[in-house]
Amino acid sequence: MNTDLLGVIVTFAITVLLSYPLGRYIARVFKGEKTWLDFMAPLERLIFRLCGIDPKKGMNWKEFLKAMLTINLLWFVYGFFLLMHQDKLPLNPDGNPGQTPDLAFNSIVSFVTNTNLQDYSGESGATYLTQLLVFTFLQFTSAATGIACLIALFNGLREKTTNNLGNFWSIFVKSITRLLLPLSIVVSVILVFNGTPSSFKGKDTIITMQGDTVQVSRGPAAAMIAIKQLGTNGGGYFGANSAHPFENPTYLTNMVELISIVLISMALVFALGFYIRKKKFAYIIFGVMSLFFVLFCINNIYFESKGNPAIARLGIAQHTGSMEGKEVRFGAASTAYWSVITTSTSNGSVNGMHDSLMPLSGGIVILDMMINALYGGVGVGLLNYYIYIIIAVFIAGLMVGRTPEFMGHKVEAREVKIAALVTLLCAFLIKGGTALASYIFVHHPNADWAVKPSGWLNNPGFHGFSEMLYQYTSSTANNGSGFEGLADNNVFWNVTAGVVMILARFIPIIGPVAIGGLLANKKFIPESAGTLQTDSVTFGVMTIAVIVIITALSYFPPLALGPVAEYLNMR
Amino acid sequence: MRRKRQSSLFPRDLVAEAFKQSFVKLKPGVMLKNPVMFTVYIGTIIMLGVCIWIAAGELSQGRLAYNIAIFTVLLITLLFANFAEAIAEARGKAQADSLRKTREDTPAKKVFPVGEIYVDEVKIVPSSQLRKGDMFLCEAGDIIPMDGEIIEGLATIDESAITGESAPVIREAGGDKSSVTGGTKVLSDKIKVKVTTDPGESFLDKMIALVEGASRQKTPNEIALTILLASFTIIFLIVCVTLKPFADYANTPITIAAFVSLYVCLIPTTIGGLLSAIGIAGMDRALRANVITKSGKAVETAGDLDTLLLDKTGTITIGNRKATHFWPAADIDSNVFMEACVLASLADETPEGKSIVELAGENGVKAAALQSGKSMKFIPFTAETRSSGIDMPDGPRIRKGAADAIRHFVQRSGNTIPADTDARVREIAGNGGTPLVVSRNDMVMGVIELQDIIKPGIHERFDRLRKMGVKTVMVTGDNPLTAKYIAGKAGVDDFIAEARPEDKMNYIRKEQQGGKLVAMMGDGTNDAPALAQADVGVAMNSGTQAAKEAGNMVDLDNDPTKLIEIVEIGKQLLMTRGTLTTFSIANDVAKYFAIVPALFITSIPSLQTLNIMNLKSPQSAILSAVIFNAIIIPILIPLALRGVTYKPIGASALLRRNLMIYGLGGIIVPFIGIKAIDLLLALFM
Repeated sequence: MNTDLLGVIVTFAITVLLSYPLGRYIARVFKGEKTWLDFMAPLERLIFRLCGIDPKKGMNWKEFLKAMLTINLLWFVYGFFLLMHQDKLPLNPDGNPGQTPDLAFNSIVSFVTNTNLQDYSGESGATYLTQLLVFTFLQFTSAATGIACLIALFNGLREKTTNNLGNFWSIFVKSITRLLLPLSIVVSVILVFNGTPSSFKGKDTIITMQGDTVQVSRGPAAAMIAIKQLGTNGGGYFGANSAHPFENPTYLTNMVELISIVLISMALVFALGFYIRKKKFAYIIFGVMSLFFVLFCINNIYFESKGNPAIARLGIAQHTGSMEGKEVRFGAASTAYWSVITTSTSNGSVNGMHDSLMPLSGGIVILDMMINALYGGVGVGLLNYYIYIIIAVFIAGLMVGRTPEFMGHKVEAREVKIAALVTLLCAFLIKGGTALASYIFVHHPNADWAVKPSGWLNNPGFHGFSEMLYQYTSSTANNGSGFEGLADNNVFWNVTAGVVMILARFIPIIGPVAIGGLLANKKFIPESAGTLQTDSVTFGVMTIAVIVIITALSYFPPLALGPVAEYLNMR
Repeated sequence: MRRKRQSSLFPRDLVAEAFKQSFVKLKPGVMLKNPVMFTVYIGTIIMLGVCIWIAAGELSQGRLAYNIAIFTVLLITLLFANFAEAIAEARGKAQADSLRKTREDTPAKKVFPVGEIYVDEVKIVPSSQLRKGDMFLCEAGDIIPMDGEIIEGLATIDESAITGESAPVIREAGGDKSSVTGGTKVLSDKIKVKVTTDPGESFLDKMIALVEGASRQKTPNEIALTILLASFTIIFLIVCVTLKPFADYANTPITIAAFVSLYVCLIPTTIGGLLSAIGIAGMDRALRANVITKSGKAVETAGDLDTLLLDKTGTITIGNRKATHFWPAADIDSNVFMEACVLASLADETPEGKSIVELAGENGVKAAALQSGKSMKFIPFTAETRSSGIDMPDGPRIRKGAADAIRHFVQRSGNTIPADTDARVREIAGNGGTPLVVSRNDMVMGVIELQDIIKPGIHERFDRLRKMGVKTVMVTGDNPLTAKYIAGKAGVDDFIAEARPEDKMNYIRKEQQGGKLVAMMGDGTNDAPALAQADVGVAMNSGTQAAKEAGNMVDLDNDPTKLIEIVEIGKQLLMTRGTLTTFSIANDVAKYFAIVPALFITSIPSLQTLNIMNLKSPQSAILSAVIFNAIIIPILIPLALRGVTYKPIGASALLRRNLMIYGLGGIIVPFIGIKAIDLLLALFM
């Protein structure tokens, strides 16, 4: 068997096998049961005492969201300040400059929102201090924010009727001390031993075999790379992300990173089953997610391994597949798999350039981000999926002759309104953003900006359109990867993408938590033979239909004009 | 004889009326009530503008004929949607009118007050002049002019005009059977009635207003669905608006007609156009089952019911208990015993008493009649003696009653109950029957067996309800033992024995605390609190005004099994909404494949691959899609009016079935439909 493919299959299998016990562990942690990491408890108590937090105080959904938003706003201000003045702060051995206000805005928004769309390059745009105290720090907190909000939803689903979704601070701290931190330590140790730098020294100088002198950037990278994957952040230490030999030195680290990207998101699906004692419900969700995921992988691996038809027409054999923008260390299949996994999970790290993907692979990664719930970002993936469930429940509930209900609670106008708003918002941000960019590109190509709109796109035609579509899709999905052909470090892209990221991060978190809180507050209706079974395969199919028709279909025109048209023209 | 029900969905006179209404409903104010169709309305107006613009010489928007065609199809789409609502309204109204006809202006014998008191000073006035609180008289042969409550007298009344039931009923002042309905006919005796409603405010009038839309409010579920549909509409609005810059980028001019067509095809016009018709049809179906609903919400709630409280008598069993057997004691002649039984029951007006006479048959009655004379003294049933009977002029005292009551005074006279009778009594009780022991001069003569006759087919209906997830509870005044026996035999899930009205109330509260929705049926004033507490309270039309006010439905047939039908009507209503929504949205797949390639084919020829239906030209593709979008509405009107068939096969199986038919069907049908229309259009274009 093709070793390229085998590597992918083994990686996926290991991920699933690890995520199941991890899911059970996560459920135990948040249920407050005994785990082997209980030795962290004194540290948590110390944090609570220092911050004056009563971890046992319950919160309703409004209090919970208020706490979540407050702390995130605080980090925004803190990070913005540090990034703009990083040149004057310590730990800047390479003497990198401070970020411009629009870049700092984009960067801080990008990391607070778990997006990690990097319009800067780590080697020159950040200092060791900001890499650690802004970026790495926010990679932990933004991941924990997502997990905390998901656990709030779990709490709502677990009880028959409650207005207590748990204590935000307690869940938040625990998801770092019990989950993100321990796993990050394991992953970063593996990375360090495989050659990822972890040092505070400035640039190194080497003389190549050709005799050139080359400056090589380094820094405290290993720690950041571990959490960038585990927290589905994706923001690399170096500009080239995990295609950089320091970020991803060997095939082993490649596998470890691939596993880390989706491990927690997958585990949270299983955790749902353990936590609310409805394992079958979780398996069905896992099945639906995996079905899309595997199909997407097959598509991308097929097209990347097949090679580029335009090159084939020149009579050049492509035994290793389409290798433009790929690392020879990993091969076409592995990069194709990475492209799907990183877009499924809102991670956004790359080990090859997405701009170089074959048209349909590129289309799939865009679609993957549009759905944004196939495992999804830590915590938020399931929250997004929850919106699909609510819409599916509403239509399917009617089809069995009852007013819709989910887990014993009636889904009524208010919940539908919120779910509709979230769905609408994403459609609006992606298509509206791309439309705005297209409009400016076509009608004001010579606007007097730092980078003229006519100079935005690296490629003309369909691919250029895909570049713009990708940027807004990636921002909306809080993914952070890019079709790097786009000239995105300028005021227009920094600001519009920044606004999109904020809206697309917090509204899809607020929505599901609010729905969860509202539903949990309602009277519990026991199940009867006439109740819609949400843990059945039939309901799984219903969810698939909703995902395909609501999301995929509403993006049909832009996808047809970008990747599909490019594919059809290239054949 | 039941009142004739309309069998045709589209009687000609109604179609004509609905046709007219579909134009009347084009008023912007009316259109605004339906956000989805309102946007189509705007699209139509835009297309009208485009047509005028082209006529004035604009060249970039394609040919005039093509644009006029699109405009016309959009207008027809609107008319179809309006027609769906109008025909549903017309049908409901016709149904209600046929009920209302029975109460046309009839002369009323109004009683006028003299000073403070009402005296029988009677003047004949038209019924329309009667107001709430007025009194009128009705004698044999009179038509009752208005709904009211008898305050004096008793009469037999023919209610067939309302219920279709030809057997006359007795209504009398006081108690739970004091209500009379306008349009029914007094057959005998004379009653004085107090008017309970002002003209135009009876339940029927309220129902007609609901159907006509004047006071129709969207139900909670309808509102939620409208929000969802509106959000889909906005999503597709975004799709179409953003397509303009996309097309600019791709250097493709797109005509306004194409934008509007794409938009109208993508938004859920099918369900949007049929939504209100579905709701009205739900109320209409209830009315066809002779149930007047006070709100659309009640019908919707009926689909969600978890628990039904059913009175044993009339619902589960036929009428009351009936005598099924005479069991004389060992040394008593069976004819003598039968005669004693009949004598003891001749003056007994209870259904049980009558059934004893019935069972004895003609011979028994004749024999007893010979002995009866004027001087017989009837001893009525009292709670203390728990027996009734008769004192004959020549001495014998015949008593019949519960076993222990009879035992009590038999033993007082020093006699005992014979062993065989005693055994029989226990056997009858064990079988769910009621033993009535008969004694003559304090000597036991034998036992009469009374049995409940369970309605044929009721067991199957309860099975059906169980499969729907509805729990049935039998309410009865019987003792727990009898109740349990009958409950088991009829197949109900639970029972309330020795039930008092407050027991019903408590049971409903208990179920509701567990999150369940409960329905009950009742007629008495003491049922009123429970009717009000229940999520669906169905009052019998024969019941008291208080009961009718408390419930949210009124059953004109006074048929307690009606609850079961009501549940199915509710479920049908919700299912019809769900399936048509699914169908409507699933249609979008084919429409995308028809329109998107058509829009870009000139500038991006390779997109021809997406034209999987192989439609002839971009214009014919777009036109076919909008035509399909329009005609699917009238095609689905019959489904919307009749409702999707409910099958109690379990929720998952039902979902699977509907997903296959309306989901998969919704994807496939438009591919075929659009292709077929395109082939037809190819003949002309």
